[in-house]
Amino acid sequence: MIKLDIYKQLQAATGTMRLRLDLNIESGQFITLYGASGVGKTSTLRMLSGLMQPDSGQISVGDEIWFDAEKKINLSPQRRKVGYVFQDYALFPHMTVLENLKFAQAKNQKSSSISDLIELMELGQLQNRKPETLSGGQKQRVALARALVQKPKILLLDEPLAALDSAIRHKLQGYLKKVHQEFALTTLLISHDVGEIVKLADYVFQLEDGKILKQGTPETLFIDQKLSGKFKFTGEVLKIQQEEIISIVTVRIHTDVVKVVVQHEEASALKTGDQVLVVSKAFNPLLYKIDT
Amino acid sequence: MNWEPLFLTFKLALLTTVILIAIGIPLAYWLSNTGSRLKPVLETLVSMPLVLPPTVLGFYFLMAFSPNNSFGSWLDDWLGVKLVFSFSGLVIASVIYSLPFMVHPVQSGLSGIPASLTEASFVMGKSRWETLLKVQLPQIKPALLTGIVLSFAHTVGEFGVVLMIGGNIPGKTKVASIAIYDEVEALNYAAANFYSLVLFAITFCILLAVYLVNGNYLKRFWK
Repeated sequence: MIKLDIYKQLQAATGTMRLRLDLNIESGQFITLYGASGVGKTSTLRMLSGLMQPDSGQISVGDEIWFDAEKKINLSPQRRKVGYVFQDYALFPHMTVLENLKFAQAKNQKSSSISDLIELMELGQLQNRKPETLSGGQKQRVALARALVQKPKILLLDEPLAALDSAIRHKLQGYLKKVHQEFALTTLLISHDVGEIVKLADYVFQLEDGKILKQGTPETLFIDQKLSGKFKFTGEVLKIQQEEIISIVTVRIHTDVVKVVVQHEEASALKTGDQVLVVSKAFNPLLYKIDT
Repeated sequence: MNWEPLFLTFKLALLTTVILIAIGIPLAYWLSNTGSRLKPVLETLVSMPLVLPPTVLGFYFLMAFSPNNSFGSWLDDWLGVKLVFSFSGLVIASVIYSLPFMVHPVQSGLSGIPASLTEASFVMGKSRWETLLKVQLPQIKPALLTGIVLSFAHTVGEFGVVLMIGGNIPGKTKVASIAIYDEVEALNYAAANFYSLVLFAITFCILLAVYLVNGNYLKRFWK
């Protein structure tokens, strides 16, 4: 259980921003922080990892207190033992892939965990390459493996997939899901991609202006409010759910997600990741004014 | 030919460089990390030897270290150290005189490393010291080499400070640059030419080596 109750005044491009958060995260959950740029998502991860100090508040993980402004407790990042994947991957350029992983080892740690990770992340071919010779997706896998070498309980991911194209993104989302389960992690992911969030997250915090605007499961946040109309869109199949008489296909159209009811026969022709055309003919579209 | 001034010059340069590595790198590290209000003051002090005439530095060293003054006599009484007209005085003066040549390249090198790299190392549980040694310094090898070589070469080329504080004592403070001046004054042009030529050749080779290594010219030919 992670309890985060923090306040921090940040200097953003638009002026001073007050970040005020009160989060409770169950261990083992896959959490996403969602929101526009500059609302304090990265700062939240930095404060959780100890790289940034909140102005006031508390952070506790399990029964350990990591930060308490009043009691003047502030655990250094070295002692917090979190896995952190940076937006720019932060691979050490002068070390090979294997050396990067070895550097991450704790002093008395056995090296078997590294060979397991190399296998799990399929890095065997890349072991002796320098980061500069790797593609974005490969770098990402190395960074993820490196963050897991010390077997952290908490994994922090700062928009790790933002710079990758959709095919590689898709594959890496699979890796994220795999390691989250395999290592029994509590994962915090920053993401802008609704499809990605629906696919990966158990719970979403939507931030705006340093505060939590909405929170809930991805379904309640993104899917239930979406309406279909008499239009034609292309989208990507995210999820196929078999119900008793029908199937429900979740489709991502750009950054929005819709659910479509189909027959079992139609659903069996589809698989996750397929490109589909979403068409509506029988109903007149409705318009809802968006309150801003 | 008397090789002693040349030998003394390189002994002084070597010692100065070693000391500068020991104090210049921590100082550069501190300057590249700190948000302290003292930073601009310290940066200015470090850079002062670049613009001040060496004689000014030498003059104040002479004043400070002279046994006739309180600091100089305190040094003499308590530590038994005489810094005026002695080799150790030359070393201290050279360290301060060449400080910017070590600190500037290393500081700008360290500032140029993306913050996420050092932060990644911290998150992995590595101390500041281990991070500096294994993550930061290996990435600024060209800057380190530049700092080390420029400090060495600059100390070789020192004249004003040495003359003011070291004087002209053979075997103790008479370095090559002083010897050249001395020989010219004595109209002994052959000896002056000998020292000059050696200094010219050696400093040319050192600097050329730096540019070759940092410009990756060697790799291009050897690979």
